[in-house]
Amino acid sequence: MAFSGFLQIAVTIFLMVAIVPFLGTYMARVFQLQKTWFDPLFDPVERLVYKLGGVDPNEDMDWWAYARALLISNVAMFVPVFAILLLQGSLPLNPNSISGMTPDLALHTAISFLTNTNQQHYSGETGASHLTQMVCLQFLMFTSAATGLAVGIAFIRGILGKPMGNFYVDLTRSISRILMPISIVFAVVFLSQGVPQNLSAITEVKLTDPYTTVTNGKTETVTTQKLFTGPFASMESIKQLGENGGGSYATNSAHPYENPNPFTNLFQILLMLAIPTSFIYTFGIMAGNKKQGWVIFWTIFALFVVLVGVAATSEYFGNPTLNAILGTANPNFEGQEVRFGWSQTALFATSTTGTMTGAVNGMHDSLTPMALLVAIFNMFMQVIWGGQGTGLAYILIFMIIAVFLTGLMVGRTPEIFGRKIEKREVALASIIFLLQPIITKIPLAIALSIPGLLTLGNPLYRGMIEPFYEYISAAANNGSGLGGLTSAVPWWNYTCAVVLLLGRYVPIIALLALAGGLQQKKLVPETPGTLRTDTPLFGAVTAGTILILGGLTLFPIAALGPLAEFFANLAGKTF
Amino acid sequence: MEVKTKPTVQASLASKRLNRRTVDSSGIYQRAIVGSFTKLNPLTLYKNPVMFVVLVGTLITFALTIEPNLFGPQPGTRLLNGLITAILLVTVLFANFAEAVAEGRGKAQADALRRTKQDTLARRVLANGTTEEVSSTQLRKGDTIRVIAGDLIPGDGEVLEGVASVDESAITGESAPVIKEPGSDVASTVTGGTRILSDTLEIRITSNPGEGFIDRMISLVEGAKRQKTPNEIALTVLLAVLTLIFLVVVATLPPIASFVGAPVSIATLVALLVALIPTTIGGLLSAIGIAGMDRVAQFNVIATSGKAVEAAGDVGTLILDKTGTITLGNRLADEFIPVGKHSRREIATIAWAGSLFDATPEGKSIVKLAEREGAAVGYNPDGAEGIEFTAQTRMSGTDFGDSRMVRKGAVDAIKRYVLNQGGQIPADLDAATERVSRLGGTPLAVCEGTEIFGVIYLKDIVKPGIKDRFEELRRMGIKTIMLTGDNRITASVIAQEAGVDDFIAEATPEDKIRVIKENQAQGKLVAMTGDGTNDAPALAQADVGVAMNSGTQAAKEAANMVDLDSDPTKLIDVVTIGKQLLITRGALTTFSIANDVSKYFAIIPAMFTAAGIGALNIMGLTSPTSAILSALIFNALIIPALIPLALKGVEFKPLSADQLLTRNILIYGVGGLVVPFIGIKLIDLFVTAVGFA
Repeated sequence: MAFSGFLQIAVTIFLMVAIVPFLGTYMARVFQLQKTWFDPLFDPVERLVYKLGGVDPNEDMDWWAYARALLISNVAMFVPVFAILLLQGSLPLNPNSISGMTPDLALHTAISFLTNTNQQHYSGETGASHLTQMVCLQFLMFTSAATGLAVGIAFIRGILGKPMGNFYVDLTRSISRILMPISIVFAVVFLSQGVPQNLSAITEVKLTDPYTTVTNGKTETVTTQKLFTGPFASMESIKQLGENGGGSYATNSAHPYENPNPFTNLFQILLMLAIPTSFIYTFGIMAGNKKQGWVIFWTIFALFVVLVGVAATSEYFGNPTLNAILGTANPNFEGQEVRFGWSQTALFATSTTGTMTGAVNGMHDSLTPMALLVAIFNMFMQVIWGGQGTGLAYILIFMIIAVFLTGLMVGRTPEIFGRKIEKREVALASIIFLLQPIITKIPLAIALSIPGLLTLGNPLYRGMIEPFYEYISAAANNGSGLGGLTSAVPWWNYTCAVVLLLGRYVPIIALLALAGGLQQKKLVPETPGTLRTDTPLFGAVTAGTILILGGLTLFPIAALGPLAEFFANLAGKTF
Repeated sequence: MEVKTKPTVQASLASKRLNRRTVDSSGIYQRAIVGSFTKLNPLTLYKNPVMFVVLVGTLITFALTIEPNLFGPQPGTRLLNGLITAILLVTVLFANFAEAVAEGRGKAQADALRRTKQDTLARRVLANGTTEEVSSTQLRKGDTIRVIAGDLIPGDGEVLEGVASVDESAITGESAPVIKEPGSDVASTVTGGTRILSDTLEIRITSNPGEGFIDRMISLVEGAKRQKTPNEIALTVLLAVLTLIFLVVVATLPPIASFVGAPVSIATLVALLVALIPTTIGGLLSAIGIAGMDRVAQFNVIATSGKAVEAAGDVGTLILDKTGTITLGNRLADEFIPVGKHSRREIATIAWAGSLFDATPEGKSIVKLAEREGAAVGYNPDGAEGIEFTAQTRMSGTDFGDSRMVRKGAVDAIKRYVLNQGGQIPADLDAATERVSRLGGTPLAVCEGTEIFGVIYLKDIVKPGIKDRFEELRRMGIKTIMLTGDNRITASVIAQEAGVDDFIAEATPEDKIRVIKENQAQGKLVAMTGDGTNDAPALAQADVGVAMNSGTQAAKEAANMVDLDSDPTKLIDVVTIGKQLLITRGALTTFSIANDVSKYFAIIPAMFTAAGIGALNIMGLTSPTSAILSALIFNALIIPALIPLALKGVEFKPLSADQLLTRNILIYGVGGLVVPFIGIKLIDLFVTAVGFA
């Protein structure tokens, strides 16, 4: 069982690597405005879009114009979505008569999808009409992913000293040439595998095998089941591809209609990994140094493999206390889908938290302590592939800090890709580093200090992690959550909304400002005295920087949460 | 033209000065100890955010020592709080001490520099015409002094009397001496630091000592108003941010810890915070910067700012004057070219005879070459007498007892000498002279009586070892460009011999600026040396401009460094020092941050024993108390332990960037991970032994 489980993981990872050069090359062509086969198809469409939007596609923006365009368009998308969420009860395409969201929930949901997070404080079955699923959620899934890609590509251009580009063009091309075509193909694939795509109301079907249940002392025979369906196959592909993660159903990809079988599960994992992994290759091409791309890729790959390994091993060995009581040696099965088992759950959990997707195919609240630690680490670092576009930017930020710290040791003031790292760069990179602990730990400390505020599913260590996970998931724009926490309350809606906004837009502005500044700098020619960043050695230095800097900020909370639970588990302590 | 210098004591003095100067360091440490306390003043300490946080932490734990329950009931004892307070205070003091020692050494350097500069002896001419020996410091504007061959001219002045040759090679870059005599504009001014080679001059001093440019710069070095360099500022920002991050991490811990049933005391939190924030580099950063300028000063180079030293580490192109930098100032005999019907052996013999009493490097080289050519001793040295070179005759030679007179010297001087005695000029003399000139050599005619025997080819000699230095520079990625007034052919010969990457022949001062600008346009930082007034714009344009002390005021004002020894080769050393400064800063930062891993493993399990994470105590520290104390003591002790490294600088090897990175990552990165595990464990054993566990 161990062998087949790890083999499944290995095959999936192999396929992930195999996709990279193709998708990476294609994205580089798209963003360098080079010819592709699909030009005759997309060019007229895009020209129409530019014309309707009054956009001059040839206008190059400086970083501030780019950031401004991004913010304005995001606000413009927020307003109608927020309105529909409030009013969905009285709008069409609502066969199940779902009522409008409360203002706090609507605010949180709109911001959550706007920021590519898809943290859901509502449940798909009872909280969102078909109109909402299509016009609000699926719409934002495309635009928020495209926004991330635009930031990533503008950041790459800036630090490589190229013009930053035009936000509207990048947004449009991301959707028309990357997200839309792949999503359409996989929507059909998912449809063929049984994911629903309709506008029907809930249907009640007869159970082939009725069962009895005892409620309030009364025995009842259940003969029918209500089936909730909707326009979900189209949502499923962009949910994964765009690092969105917002499920049509409350249980997300653990639901048989969202993720019917092992094949769809494989596609879902590959879809969420495809863009952030390939984007690194895109960077290598744009830098004119594929080796640089591969060095970054294999560095993150190594960390990813270790993290998957830790999570999978932890899930494989299951709960030692439980196994000791039962006299068994079972893997962890609590909160998991029988269809996927420990290995697919561990791989999915590591991938979804690493890529800021947030979709789940098992309940993260049931993860074993070390697997949970992996999930938290991933979201804290945001570089184990990382989010759409922004993941690579975060990796490059870590490289900048690694260069700044170790670059001095070659006897020159530090430079990255031929541009000097000075006070401005350090300050802007610092904003990103500083933001994470501030927007996660401070609200957590406040929440834990207010007596009676939190309704948790667990005591002590796991109990403390539940609210932390919620904030870190919001801050990282991941969107997954621990089920034990009761989150559909104003406290969580409002505080998470703030964390979501800060976690998304502060780094975006800092990234664009940093790239814009570097772009203006004079290029320092490369000599034998230049610190090379495209060597395995520097890859190792970057990995070390990620582990040490990330580990240092996370360690106390990790020690008091998953690690304390891990040791308690080993010692057979129960709560 | 041939150059003669008398062998003088000055030569040996000069070579001695090139060595690193040792300074009088007595009293530095006593003063630094006092300084570590005065630097506790929060108004000055806030500039160092890391240490400021430690000081605030110290005050908090001090308050908790007096009243342990000041912020509500707390776990922990008054004794532990007191010990933490003491260790934190010592941490700040150690950091202050590091800075104070570095400053103290800077002051000592400045004093030493001033002494070196003022040590020259001068002969002041008194009203009655006699001279008295005084220190150059006692010379005042308007004083008259006498300098004789071999002296270093003690100050700027104007020639009143006499004709003499003066070696101004350090100013002009030309190895040929210039004639100084009263009356004419250029020829009548002498510059302090240049050397008189022949004859005697009387000079009126035109500037007071201590008012010169160098004096002002020395006080700048000594002055405490040191400006942080750009890289230092960026690093300070990063350290401040790390401090802030850890502050957030630590400050948010109490509710989390209480929630999981493992409440912590405030004193312990302060201890954790101090252990995590980068105190090591925070405490040593300014000492490293001061020590960098100090190391430059040890080479007798004064940097106007730390920024210049930092820029030196980044230099991508070195522009070097040929004379004095790449070649020895002296030219050595390379070939004898016979003229008329004379053979090589004959001219060798005559040249040997004419150089018997010539103790200059040129003279000695002629003797050596002649002996190699098999010159036969055909003269009786008894009763022979050496004829000195003078600026008037421009030749030297030997008068033998048998009235034979051998002369060698500038070709036109020898021609005149022979013609005056009724001799003939051989027809092929001009061709031989021209050939030597074309090769960039200096032709020297040799005659006995009225007979010209031929021409000695004096060649520029590339400094021994310079080729290896250029090879090192190339490995470090630094390009070298040689500038020379010589023609293309000569320049290419020397360039190839010295192994420079590029050369500019027949260079004018405008060429210097052009080359600098071209390289800067490619994004490179350029370093150069210069001394003449016409070098000033280039020195100002260069990123690192090193002016020779013997140079003109304008050059020194434009430069950002001044070499008191006027030795242009030192530019290479300055680059090395700049790199060393940056490496030291990076190494200690990396070390400091890597240290945190072990401190976590010491303190976190100790803090949260109630959470059952004792298994994380991988060092097996005796008790929570000893774990916290040990980590803090290590944190404090590592600062003084690294002071010598901060002051001396990390050893620099001319390797490629990748090799340097590998090496330094292994030493300071991996070392920084491992060393504190061992250190903390050892301190824990000690703490346990003395009963504080």
